[in-house]
Amino acid sequence: MSEKNVTVALAGNPNSGKTTIFNNITGARRHVGNYSGVTVERREGTRQFEGKELLVVDLPGTYSLTARSLDELVARNVVINEKPDVIVNILDASNLERNLYLAVQMLEMESPVVIALNMVDIAEEMGEKVKITALSEKLGASVVKTVGNRNKGTDALLEIVLDAVKHHKNKSFQINYGIEIEKKISEISIAMQTMTNIKYPLRWLVLKLLENDLEVYQEIKSRLGGKEILKLVESARIYLKSIFNEDLELVIAERRYTFVGEVYRAVTVPHSHMGQTKSDNIDSILTHRVLGLPIFFGIMWLLFNSVFTIGAYPQAWIENGVEALGEFIGQYMAEGDLKSLVVDGMIGGVGAVLTFMPNILILFFGIALLEDTGYMARAAFVMDRVMRMVGLHGKSFIPLLLGFGCSVPAIMGARTLENQKDRIVTILVAPLMSCSARLPVYTLLIAAFFPESSAGSILFSIYFFGIFLAVLMAFVFRKILFAGQSEAFVMEMPSYHIPTIRGIITHMWERSVLYLKKAGTVILSATVLVWFMTNYPSDTAYSKDYDQLKTMIENTFTEQVAKEILEPLHLSEIEDSEQLQDAIREIKASQLSEKENVSVNLDGLEENEQGDSALHLYALDYLTLEERKEDELKNLEEEQTSEKLSNSYAGCFGRMVEPVIQPLGFDWKIGVALVSAVAAKEVLVSTLGTIYHVGNVEDDSTSLQEALQSDPRFSPLIAYVLMVFTLIYSPCLAALAVMKREMNSWKWAGFTFVYSTTLAWIVAFSVYQIGLFLGY
Amino acid sequence: MITKLHLLKQGQSGHVVRVTGCRSIKGRIIDMGIVSGTEIKVQKFAPLGDPMEIKVKNFNLSLRKSEASLIEVKIAST
Repeated sequence: MSEKNVTVALAGNPNSGKTTIFNNITGARRHVGNYSGVTVERREGTRQFEGKELLVVDLPGTYSLTARSLDELVARNVVINEKPDVIVNILDASNLERNLYLAVQMLEMESPVVIALNMVDIAEEMGEKVKITALSEKLGASVVKTVGNRNKGTDALLEIVLDAVKHHKNKSFQINYGIEIEKKISEISIAMQTMTNIKYPLRWLVLKLLENDLEVYQEIKSRLGGKEILKLVESARIYLKSIFNEDLELVIAERRYTFVGEVYRAVTVPHSHMGQTKSDNIDSILTHRVLGLPIFFGIMWLLFNSVFTIGAYPQAWIENGVEALGEFIGQYMAEGDLKSLVVDGMIGGVGAVLTFMPNILILFFGIALLEDTGYMARAAFVMDRVMRMVGLHGKSFIPLLLGFGCSVPAIMGARTLENQKDRIVTILVAPLMSCSARLPVYTLLIAAFFPESSAGSILFSIYFFGIFLAVLMAFVFRKILFAGQSEAFVMEMPSYHIPTIRGIITHMWERSVLYLKKAGTVILSATVLVWFMTNYPSDTAYSKDYDQLKTMIENTFTEQVAKEILEPLHLSEIEDSEQLQDAIREIKASQLSEKENVSVNLDGLEENEQGDSALHLYALDYLTLEERKEDELKNLEEEQTSEKLSNSYAGCFGRMVEPVIQPLGFDWKIGVALVSAVAAKEVLVSTLGTIYHVGNVEDDSTSLQEALQSDPRFSPLIAYVLMVFTLIYSPCLAALAVMKREMNSWKWAGFTFVYSTTLAWIVAFSVYQIGLFLGY
Repeated sequence: MITKLHLLKQGQSGHVVRVTGCRSIKGRIIDMGIVSGTEIKVQKFAPLGDPMEIKVKNFNLSLRKSEASLIEVKIAST
């Protein structure tokens, strides 16, 4: 490390205003990532101060430094392995006693610590006055007052940080744990003195061994002479437990709190803590016995509508923009594979990534607002009873609700869950909430096969099916995957805060950028892959020579025109007769205006008919022929695309899976559609459109409905089974990519793909067979 | 009178006697500052009756009744 660089780690309780202080110190020069191998966010930033370059690491917010939770482990490993020059411990002055518990544990690690006493304004309002010099003396560390959300005391804090680096005043800090424990500590310490190359401070190490800390235990076990030490520790633990009649780690924790209590009382003026605060008054409404739930649902309704209704506008702009860009670039490229790759594959892929951005920005804005004000904990408080019935946490409700809009923000929204197991189960079941991309599939099938009177009930039954399965699977996963690992629901209800706009915007931006960078690349490559699967091999051996057939149609048309129109009129070409051309043009115009429901200029037509009714009939004839030719060409074109798709890799795959999906009543056509719809569920509709060669179904699906109705393989039952299958089977690629990103491994994304597809098969099979049995 | 925390009524307060239960849950509760002698006041119950919110050491904490039942509390007999 160069002389000029100083590394600073920020430590503190959750809700102590740590992130605000981090923002104040570093400004915009920061970087958010994950700690290697785990999904704990790592925030880093730099700051120039008095000629030094400060590198600031924001540790995860924790209440303690045991090995019980991932956050705590990460926090203390940074302190031990990265050896920051200074640890800034941020204490919430309005909640000093509990905050000091972490501070003394930091001090016990014998690292240079300075204390930032934050939120002193709120504390003083509550009547809590902290004597800074007394506190500094008791802890042997410099203390400075800060007010994070008004950016007060930041420079003073940085000054004592540099001061601490310069003077290295490592005052030894020890808590007296009582004669019995202290005796054992010194016994084991002496035995361990021969051990070399230990990165932990000795006394801390012995304490952790006595506390039965698994991480430290493993570390010592692997060392020469470690087993003897562990034997010594074990006998000490048994001996001490017999004295205290209580687990030793709990005795140590209690003694630590006793010490903290003493410090606390020495540095504050005694007053009652049990009075009603402002925050309590707000809560008397927001978590009210009767009003609590309606208020919660109102806020959820607002969040959901903002994400999906407001988000729909920029989403449409982005879609149009991407489409226009594709067309624009397409103009300058020659027809062929490269153009298709760039326009359909790559630009389409970028579009797929970007269209989620508005939703994600609004979602994270909303979540940051809920978290920073303190309402998030209340939401969990209100909903916990309901969510616990299925083995989930109160906070799981928000991601699951968002799942009805889109699985991508839903999965990302699960970040608010601190407990990894709750988070994983929530992510696993979130895609069972029927997202809006599945709606076009339902509406198509319901319109084609069910009477309008029952459409609503059918649609409702599908959504209900999804909720039911999510509840069921959450229960199953909790029981099977994470059996017996239930964790305590001990959650702080932080005081309500007025959040800073800057804090919320940074929060929102950081998470959105994470989505763009990590999930974006996967979504992009997946889109290109699906493009490839549905377009290749491009040199398909067609069953017919389409080009020849097209020429034949053109030729027949020319012949018929010559025979039926030109010959009787003694013309060699249409262009020879101005009057005929005029007649054709007029009829076209009148057909067009009829279509558009504009009143037809009858006078003109009549006049024309009077003038030359024979010519008019020929013109009509010509148009009929032309229309027939166009129709035939279009059919041929669609047949060709359909055949191309069925011969593509995706098509082959569809045929390959046909035996597997036959028991569900599906044929290869549905197979192809299902395979390609893994890209995005709404693709199912357009793929069916291609296979049934009815052309573009995006604007109007009536022709596809008719095509499906006339397919003898289809029935209302199969349509219903297909809806059920679409609901349950593998989430789309975007969702899978985000899962990979959020759980930091392909394992869970792969698991989701397999479990949901299997579940879809089983459920669809049951529905189909029961349906057949009932005679549908 | 010694009773369990989840049996207290809204607004009632008492002092912690001891925390029982398995190690990891007990550890979490103790880390939050609930040790013997600590004063606790029941702030309220959630709209659906569970979890409950308590005041301890100048902050508010919510916990499920099942966890509150692990905390033995001494209430001043009135």
